[in-house]
Amino acid sequence: MNPAALSLEQAPPISVPLRFFLTAPVFGATAALLLIIFGGDALTSRWAPVTLAVTHLLTLGFLAMVMVGAVQQLLPVLVGSPVPRAKWVSRIMHPLLTLGIASLVAGLAGGGTGLMYGAIALLGSGFLVFVAVTASSLLRARSGHFTVTAMALSILALTITVALGLYLALGYTGAIPMARQYTDLHLGWGFIGWVVLLLAGVAYQVVPMFQITPDYPRPLMRFLTPGLFVLLGVWSLGRAMAMVPDVIATVAAGLIAGGVLLFALATVCVQVRRKRRLPDVTLDFWRLAMASLAAVVLTWAVGLTLDKLPGLLLGVLFIVGFAMSAVNGMLYKIVPFLVWLHLNNQRQIAGLSLVGVPNMRKIIPEPAMRWQFRVQAGALVLLMAAAVWPVLTSPAGLLLLLSMVWLGWNLLGALRLYRRTLRA
Amino acid sequence: MRLPYEQACRGETKTMNSFSDFMGGDHSACDALYAEAERAVDSGDWNVAGKANDHFLNAMERHFNMEEQVLFAAFEAAQGSTMGPTQVMRHEHSQMRQLFQQMRDAVAEKDVDAYLGAGETLLILMQQHNSKEEQILYPMTDQVLAAEREELFKQMEAVTAE
Repeated sequence: MNPAALSLEQAPPISVPLRFFLTAPVFGATAALLLIIFGGDALTSRWAPVTLAVTHLLTLGFLAMVMVGAVQQLLPVLVGSPVPRAKWVSRIMHPLLTLGIASLVAGLAGGGTGLMYGAIALLGSGFLVFVAVTASSLLRARSGHFTVTAMALSILALTITVALGLYLALGYTGAIPMARQYTDLHLGWGFIGWVVLLLAGVAYQVVPMFQITPDYPRPLMRFLTPGLFVLLGVWSLGRAMAMVPDVIATVAAGLIAGGVLLFALATVCVQVRRKRRLPDVTLDFWRLAMASLAAVVLTWAVGLTLDKLPGLLLGVLFIVGFAMSAVNGMLYKIVPFLVWLHLNNQRQIAGLSLVGVPNMRKIIPEPAMRWQFRVQAGALVLLMAAAVWPVLTSPAGLLLLLSMVWLGWNLLGALRLYRRTLRA
Repeated sequence: MRLPYEQACRGETKTMNSFSDFMGGDHSACDALYAEAERAVDSGDWNVAGKANDHFLNAMERHFNMEEQVLFAAFEAAQGSTMGPTQVMRHEHSQMRQLFQQMRDAVAEKDVDAYLGAGETLLILMQQHNSKEEQILYPMTDQVLAAEREELFKQMEAVTAE
């Protein structure tokens, strides 16, 4: 087949994304365990070692794991350009990231400089591979969709986030002075740059696809992600290097908040106008995500006027409320579909009957997804409360643990069904 | 007699300047017909559901025929090969046709779960298929087949669901 045909192929082997998807709930559950064990100590200050460990288990262990897996799966479909040598790339990337996250978390929790050096080497090389293959795929993208720009900018933002993170980690080893002033930049580029830009770029296409909604407004798709990226740059220059007057950096931060709110509102608006009217767990996850994202902006604005930013609450709302919900909802469409697609293809190649291939609703049953959604929403509410009253941390951790185990069980069930049906 | 969905599915009200517009508009029309069918099945009125499902599947078959008999055929002739991107698209059509059959069976057996399960699967398969066509294949046909556009539009207009 010629290259154009290859770019229309149905994506990488199922093992490529699934290994990332199945690892994510394990890290999520580990974060929950830390919350249960350490209780209020885990949610008293954003600088506490165990808080940093929990944060990175959720952002790197859960979010980045799913996103890295999903990007490899989505590139061929959304921008028409598959990741080169996907199987080998994932075999290299997955252990680098998994071990890197484990040693970073152990290092942050006070495990010593050896672990930090290990984390720097492993995560540095793991993300280098990811950025390199994604960038090469995006450069060859045939699609002119706004998703391409959004994804490219989010990958750039990820690079900045990781670079800042590695620098901060070096501070932990004592090799260089601790550069805590860069923490907010690390957060800003990670949360707004990597997570919001990537989810926006993906949402531009998958929200209309899954729910049959109108498209997002074209001006929004055109200007939002480049605008946020430029504003982040302006804000960083003011914040870290004092190269821009403080007032301009503050205005940039305000505009970023406005842009993020706009994305949340636009998503809700197009979903309200959806043609599919049946209950759908993914839709509910996305509504929860957008409500949380709007709450992040409003809480930030109120905190700013009162001159007292509730950092932990903002973190809970953004990480657990917005990002984890959106990602969890996506998993419930991507995984059942991939299992169906690959079963269909495998059985066709083997000359087996296609009648026995279960449809998506049989691969992960609706009630199982629905209940996990409820538990996850409950965990979010309790975590928000725990950010204010730390005594609630352990119960919140318990619900999060239940949710993560349930999610893992649902995904594992899909994999087991895949293996069983493949042989049947 | 021309059924209303056919008109909707053809997007005849607008002037079409490219295969991307013509066929992309047809995708949206078919999406809307699916949403109607799904809703009718869920409501449990099998009389309405059967008709809505027929409308949807007829529109889909007609769309596939427009592609396989006219657009893909012309593209393959211009490229001198049937082994290119259209081969992958034809393969996905065959996968979707299996799901069409499952949906017809579900309507015949009045099985809501079977219908919604097959429908959900079809929808995702169809959306990722459409996305690839709209972003890669149709723009390619716009380039390669520009000279024959009006003629091919006419031929596609004449295609039926049979």
